[in-house]
This record gives sequence, structure tokens and C-alpha cells, in this order.
Amino acid sequence: MTNVQINRLKDQAFKYTGIFCTLIGIVLLAIFTGSILMDGLSRIDWQFLTSLPSRRAEKAGILTAWSGTLWIFGLTALISIPIGVAAGIYLEEYSKKGRLSSILEVNITNLAGVPSVIYGILGLAIFVRTLHFGGSLLAGSFTLSLLILPIIIVSTREAIKAVPSSLREASFGMGATKWQTISYQVLPAAGGGIATGIILALSRAIGEAAPLIVIGALAYVPFVAKTPMDDFTVLPIQIFNWVSRPDPAFLVNAAAGIIILLGITFLMNGIAVWLRHRWQKKMNW
Amino acid sequence: MKISEKIIEGGLFSSAVITILTTIGIIWVLLSQSLVFFKDVSIWEFLTSTEWTPLFTKKSYGILPLISGTMLTTLIAVAIALPLGLCIAIYLSEYAPRKFRDIFKPMLEVLAAVPTVVYGFFALTVVTPFLKNIFPEIDTFNALSAGLVMGVMIIPMVSSLSEDALFAVPKSLREASYGMGATRLQTSFKVLVPAASSGIIVSVILAFARAIGETMIVAIAAGQMPNLTANPLAAVETITAYIVQVSLGDVAHGSIEYRTIFAAGLTLFAMTFVLNNVSFFIRKKYQEKYD
Repeated sequence: MTNVQINRLKDQAFKYTGIFCTLIGIVLLAIFTGSILMDGLSRIDWQFLTSLPSRRAEKAGILTAWSGTLWIFGLTALISIPIGVAAGIYLEEYSKKGRLSSILEVNITNLAGVPSVIYGILGLAIFVRTLHFGGSLLAGSFTLSLLILPIIIVSTREAIKAVPSSLREASFGMGATKWQTISYQVLPAAGGGIATGIILALSRAIGEAAPLIVIGALAYVPFVAKTPMDDFTVLPIQIFNWVSRPDPAFLVNAAAGIIILLGITFLMNGIAVWLRHRWQKKMNW
Repeated sequence: MKISEKIIEGGLFSSAVITILTTIGIIWVLLSQSLVFFKDVSIWEFLTSTEWTPLFTKKSYGILPLISGTMLTTLIAVAIALPLGLCIAIYLSEYAPRKFRDIFKPMLEVLAAVPTVVYGFFALTVVTPFLKNIFPEIDTFNALSAGLVMGVMIIPMVSSLSEDALFAVPKSLREASYGMGATRLQTSFKVLVPAASSGIIVSVILAFARAIGETMIVAIAAGQMPNLTANPLAAVETITAYIVQVSLGDVAHGSIEYRTIFAAGLTLFAMTFVLNNVSFFIRKKYQEKYD
């Protein structure tokens, strides 16, 4: 074989290595989802969805867990969306290139890399102890809001950046003020991109267990939370609790809980991908 | 300018400032509580003692076993994610048909969106029993299983960022290489990877930082045994898993056991902070190499 042939052969070999590598992660995910469906699907029924936690695996349910997750979802959205979008608008439309804006930028990049468990420690010291929220839904939502703020800010900035400046200039030319331009022109045009980022950020918040464990969310809550000041648990914590029990009957419960959690995660990611796709089509000015 | 415009700008500005307050809050909380901790425990003992037993009767406060546990699981994860992620990046940017790339890139990114507690379940119930067939002496909780699964989780981080870096290499470099008769493989590894090296290094550093801070996978599958070892088959405890362990137990607020999580948290924060800043520095410095 000549050198050329050998090189072509290597090239082909790498092509198949590449396909193999790309597929292996996805295949693992598929195997894993399949094995969980087999373990847990039969456990999901009305009783499982509407029962309180219990020491007996077959009587235990996820009522408190999913209602807690719903609460956390709503409160975190209320807190993080206005702050995150506002900060994104400020950084992209108002802040002048200078020292302050570069500090803000480095800082947000850094915050995005801080481990979630550290946010838990921050929440424990500030919201639970100093502000006396206790291990409540409110403390949990504030903690998770701080955790996902960098994601919302970065995606808001990128969505705004994609809006062509001709749109702004036309609006200014018509005599609109800066805020009128932003609220009537820029934000509607960037909306799809911003919404995508928000959904991905909230999906991250719903899957988090570590920071909530650190602020003192409980694994065993015998009631459904009625106010934001109530104690709570969420699906990931309930799953973690069941996984760490020695009795294998609880592993079935954990698998069933995971099916619900994964269902929510995949649904949200699907919506986000669809929104982004639609928005990018629209943004081809 | 109208007053209402000023008020709106002020509101937007204060939202941006919240991010600065968050950073200050994190550093202040970790430092102030750790300072109290270091009044009782010398920094020397903290950094050099080889035993970490704050929850036992015979107490010892050496962070080294937690650091070694963290590094062991992280290195296993990066050892998986780096070669796989780089192969995927090269394949998707240089070989794959556009359609293939458009379908599989978002699918890969789903790997990073799966909640980590789910990966932990996977490690404990699927990967560990599988490893037991190969290494019968493996512990039920072990660094290898947690590290492998964490590696799968961070594959999309390495592949996405590396692919962006490869994509940013100017076309002329590729064409010059092909013009010399090089294959795609030779072009990839001799021209593109060196040219995109800063971006690839950044992706690996960020993946490293992510693995160091990962909590639920190691808390579920790697164990709660502070263990100064390099043996991947043994149970270990990472810094993050220790913080979770203390949070789950009933440790009195204000006790020295309670403060250990702030000292451990400070160590963890320092590690990820350095890595994040190094990656930010590399990105800023080499970003405009080809513009």
C-alpha cells in the first residue's frame, strides 16, 4: 500500500470513530432512559401521584414532591425573570464600554461557573439565617434565582444582540425615546430568544437538588405547601432520598419519580429548541 | 431626557448590580464563617493533615482526603470527556454532513440538561453493577462509577465549545492544507486542532471546573468515606458530597461541625474560581488571533 492509500484509510477510520463517539453518548442516554422506564413505569399510577411520602415503599407517593417543584418553578420564575431580563437589557443597551461593564461581564461569567452547592451555602447564610426565611419555599426560590440569573442574563444579551440596529435607528428616527424603542421594538423582536433562555434556565432550576438540600429543604414533608413560607421538598430531593435507602423497593419509586422529572425536563428542552428554531427563522432579516 | 427614562435606567442598572452583590455575598459568607472556623482549627492542620473526621468523636480536620476524592472523580470524568468530546467536535465540524450535525448536536446537548440526580441513579444502579462484573473487588460506592458517568455528562461541554473553536479557524488554513494534498484527518490534527488549541483548552478547563463542583452524582455513587487514595475502585468522598452529608444530618447551627461546610465550600470555590478565571483570561487573550 502506498502512503496515500494508508492516509486515506486512516481518514476513513477516523470518520467511523467520529460517528461512534457521537452516537455513544446518545446510545447511553437511550439505554439508560429505557432501563428506567422498565424499572419505574409500572409504578406510576394515581396512587403514586397523590400520596404523601411514607416509610413503606408501596404506599409512598410524590404529591408533596411535585407540588413543591411546581411552587419552586413559579416563585423562581417570578423572581428571576424580571431581574435577569432587566440586567441583560442594561448590559446590552445602556452600559457604556468601560471599567464597570467589563467588571460586570467578568463577574457574570464567573458566577455561571460557581458550583450550585456554593449557592446553597450562600442561600443558607443569607436567606435562611440572616433574613429568617427558614428552610422555606421562598428561601429555596431566591437561592435558585441567583443560581440561574447568569443563564438568563447571557441569553437575554445574545437575543438582544441579534436584533439589527436598523430597527433601533428607525424607531429613534420616528422620535421614540430609548425605553420606547426597547420596549416596543427591541424586546418583541428578541422575545423568542429571551424566552428560550428563560425556559432552559428554569429547567435547570427544577432539576437542582444540591443547593436546596444545603438550605435545609426536607426529604420528608407530610403536607402540601400552602404559602411560600412553608417547608417543602422537590422531586430531585425525593428521588435522592429514595436512591439512598437500602431497601431496593424504594429504587422502583426513585425510577418512577425520575420518569416524571425527566418528562418535565425533556418537555421544557423540547419547547426551548422549538422556540429557538422558530425565532431564528424569524430573525433572518 | 425625561425623568421616567432615568428611573427605568436606574431599575435596570440595579438588576445588573445584583450579580455583583451575589459574588460579594458568596465571598463574604465563605470567608467570614471560615475565619471563625480557623480560630479553632489551624490552617496548617486543615491543609496538611491527612484525616477528615469532623463528624466522629476523634476529630481531625485535614481537607486533603476530600480534595483527593474530588480530583480522582474529576480526572476520571475528564479522561472520558476529553477524547470523546474532541473526536465529536472534529467529526461534527469537519466530516459530518450538515443534516447529521443539525440533528445530533441538539441531541448531545440533552446530555447536559439531564438533572444530575438522575445520573447518580444511573451510576449506582447500572454502571456500578456492570463494573462489578469486571472488577469483583470494587466497592458498592466508588470513584470510578461516579467519574465515568460524570464524564458522559460533560461530553457536550467539551464537544460544543471545541467545535465552536474549530469552526472559527479561517477557511484559508483548511484550503491551504487540502491544497498540499493532506487528508481531512491530517488537516484536523496538524492544522485545525493546533490553531484552535486555545478554545479547546478553555473547553477542557470549564469541563474540569464543572466536574469539580458536581454534587449529586458523587453524593449518590462515590460514597461518604473521606479517603486519601488514588484507587478508583474505592469509596471516596468529594468536597461537594461532604457538604451535602452535613446538610442532611442534624448538625447544630453555630457548632464547629456546621462551620466545616463553609471551610470546605471556600476550598471548592477557590478551585473553581481559579479555573474559571484562567479560562476567561485565555479566551480574552487569544480570541482575536485571526480577526
